[in-house]
Amino acid sequence: MTGPVFLFVLAVLTVVLAPLVGGLLFGLDRKLTARLQGRVGPPLVQPFYDVLKLWHKEKIAVNRLHLVWAWAYLVLVIASLLLLVWQQDLLLLVFTLGFAAIALVMGSFSVRSPYSHFGGQRELMQLLAYEPVLLLTAVAVYFRTGTFLVSGILQQDRPLLFSLPLVFAALVIILTIKMRKSPFDLAACEHAHQELVRGIYTEYSGPYLALIQVAHWYELVLVLALIGLFWAHPWWAGVLLAVAAFFAELVVDNSTARVTWPVMLRLVWASCLTLVLANLAALYLIV
Amino acid sequence: MGLVTTARVKSPWIMHFDCGSCNGCDIEILACLTPLYDVERFGIINIGNPKHADVLVVTGAANRRNARVLRNLYEQMPEPKLVMAVGTCACSGGVFHQCPNILGGVDKVIPVNVYVPGCAARPEAIIDGVVLALQKLAGAA
Repeated sequence: MTGPVFLFVLAVLTVVLAPLVGGLLFGLDRKLTARLQGRVGPPLVQPFYDVLKLWHKEKIAVNRLHLVWAWAYLVLVIASLLLLVWQQDLLLLVFTLGFAAIALVMGSFSVRSPYSHFGGQRELMQLLAYEPVLLLTAVAVYFRTGTFLVSGILQQDRPLLFSLPLVFAALVIILTIKMRKSPFDLAACEHAHQELVRGIYTEYSGPYLALIQVAHWYELVLVLALIGLFWAHPWWAGVLLAVAAFFAELVVDNSTARVTWPVMLRLVWASCLTLVLANLAALYLIV
Repeated sequence: MGLVTTARVKSPWIMHFDCGSCNGCDIEILACLTPLYDVERFGIINIGNPKHADVLVVTGAANRRNARVLRNLYEQMPEPKLVMAVGTCACSGGVFHQCPNILGGVDKVIPVNVYVPGCAARPEAIIDGVVLALQKLAGAA
């Protein structure tokens, strides 16, 4: 079951199916958000229309480096997703995902638009807020299972959620930032609220914006899969957990206003770091 | 209609530029985005960036000062793109048409695909204009 052929087939399936699932989730997001606001909302497949349209628009490039970073973002997000489905190292996954976010920031800094720079700075602030928590989550998982390998987590009989409930809560808060949802949608959110033009996406247009959009689909599937990892057996419990987290995000998104970056840093660090460290302390003292 | 054309018709992102309109038409354009008219159900998003936009919606008459900005915004939009002139001022200069600083309608500066007359143009008329623009897009491709 772990031969190179199997791993290759698994990789191909992931690369093909993940954007389909991610795109539909984005469509569901827009539909439900519209319903929550008393609107009809776009069709479920709207994200696919958007990306297809963008892909066939005129190619306008500011400079070559800018495009390299857009591709790097997509490739690195896919790489982190593959690390998950191949059941590799969780720590490596966190670092690869961090590098993907950095690629997006580097892209925004490689052009001269001040709006792009603003978006990049804010993206860095978000990275500063969630990266320590993600890292500590991996550490907490190691504390509980004795391994950083995803395969080791999947061999656990009891769900991680039972012994790491506070870590899970912190991860759900981080999900708000990763999904670019209110109140932490500082850099640029999906719903085009017209913040500082378009933040990091300002200078990307046509096919390159489509690339970033598809990368977001992969990223959404990845972070939801990480959530699902907390209740890996039976597999449908993990899926239910991820779906519940997704809907919770939508409700939070529609009922909160955006905060400024110092407030975000204070909120996320105070709540998430406390949660994760408390959970770690409990594990250390009890086990 | 091919798949790409369908996608184009289903996802027109608009950018609104106010050429010195009295805000009458601007308010009506924003009204289209409210739950009552909800143009997002047609995939229309009001996006504040010419590099992402498909349809440039212009209100107000073109004058010597803003013609440069208008042309700049138009040139930043990637093909295929459409321009909608919303309101009498944007169509012909309206009540300002003989003022010394006014060039006339928006079409004196950039090519216009759809004219939506009215002072102010009603949301229904604006949505009708977008539908007309999309028919042009579908026919052209």
